[in-house]
Amino acid sequence: MSPAAPERRRTEQDEVTDAIRAAAAVDPQRGGHPDRAYAPYRSTGLRAPSQPLVVAPASLLEQTAPVFGAKDVRPTDADLTVHSTGEPLGERIVVTGRVLDRDGRPVRNQLVEVWQANASGRYAHDGDRHPAPLDPHFTGGGRCLTDDDGRYRFVTIKPGAYPWRNHHNAWRPAHIHFSLFGTAFTQRLVTQMYFPGDQLFHLDPIFSSVTDEKAQQRLIATYDHDTTVAEWALGYQWDIVLDGPGATPPDPDEV
Amino acid sequence: MTLDPSPSQTVGPFFAFGLPFDGGGDLVPPGTAGAISLHGTVRDGAGAPVPDALLEFWQAGPDGRIPSRAGSLARDGRSFTGFARVPTDRSGDYTVRTLRPGPIAHSPEAPHLAVTVFARGLLHHLFTRVYFPNHVEANAADPLLSALPEERAATLMAVPDGWFGGPGYRFDVRLQGPGETVFLDLIGGSE
Repeated sequence: MSPAAPERRRTEQDEVTDAIRAAAAVDPQRGGHPDRAYAPYRSTGLRAPSQPLVVAPASLLEQTAPVFGAKDVRPTDADLTVHSTGEPLGERIVVTGRVLDRDGRPVRNQLVEVWQANASGRYAHDGDRHPAPLDPHFTGGGRCLTDDDGRYRFVTIKPGAYPWRNHHNAWRPAHIHFSLFGTAFTQRLVTQMYFPGDQLFHLDPIFSSVTDEKAQQRLIATYDHDTTVAEWALGYQWDIVLDGPGATPPDPDEV
Repeated sequence: MTLDPSPSQTVGPFFAFGLPFDGGGDLVPPGTAGAISLHGTVRDGAGAPVPDALLEFWQAGPDGRIPSRAGSLARDGRSFTGFARVPTDRSGDYTVRTLRPGPIAHSPEAPHLAVTVFARGLLHHLFTRVYFPNHVEANAADPLLSALPEERAATLMAVPDGWFGGPGYRFDVRLQGPGETVFLDLIGGSE
């Protein structure tokens, strides 16, 4: 008879993982969006509203959205590897995809913004206390406009995973933050793009706040060899679908 | 074809080098005739200031026209783009310098600013509106304001207060708890 294995002590991560599983067992979320009150992500505790949202028809104003154009972005804003005098460290990547409305129509000429940690998992932000090196050649912010097919394209560095203080030994899977506008104010979206195959997904309360597995898949980019640039950078594809009804953009000659 | 939307995720604590931009809160340059300050504090459920929130505002001009000009991120000092973006500071405070919106033709709503609130700890942004008390009749007829209990409607009303540069309005955002701001689930539109 072999001796019983020593009992593993239960960790704080185990408790969070259990809470993630419990939250995933309840009814599916509307539209796949996370519930704002989501206990495993502790900062929601004092920040999620306690009253239900008030349902209201979008006003004429809210059926429109700000207009952005060539003067709002510089061509180099879309290449996060050229914002310094030298090249950043890490794995150079291309991230591209289309911004669509729920009818599959491209969201044209609209602003896409990204921000991210460097290859070591460190943000160029005073509040980031992760003892990983800053990269003097990488800030990690970028912008571009979508083209007529709704397509955006960024060149950047693959971000690293990083620890955070939600609970003991909490780590965020590598991700790029995305900010998107549609043709209506109601379509506004801020989200995060993840990389395929990350072992941290189901330990992470923010990724897991999206409880529907199909909706989770919509947050994960796909490795795409046709996007990969030979002898230069690996490529990822990630399409984004904006919520809510879109609007016909105003005719600039008319308004 | 109906595609499923991409889920929201929190803006997180480190958006400072990604989203705010110079002049983000200056819809009009200093000294502009009719300029107002719109300012306030974002607070959490314990009443503590939220130093890592980001607010966006979208509005018509004083003529009631909805702007369709680009250039919010690189303001030229002349074009009214209708869009502002401001992070809260260490005290949870924000300030926007703008013009009061005029009534939009054929809009059943009283003049208002559309607002989006982002913050660490908010997995999905929140929509709300800023109304102004001087539009007495339009506010009384506004479909949203008139459907809310008085104390809840009051959370959407800018409160006139002083500002060294002209008229000022206070609009505080309470994410949770006593005096919680009315947040909106906006539906419909041009479908």
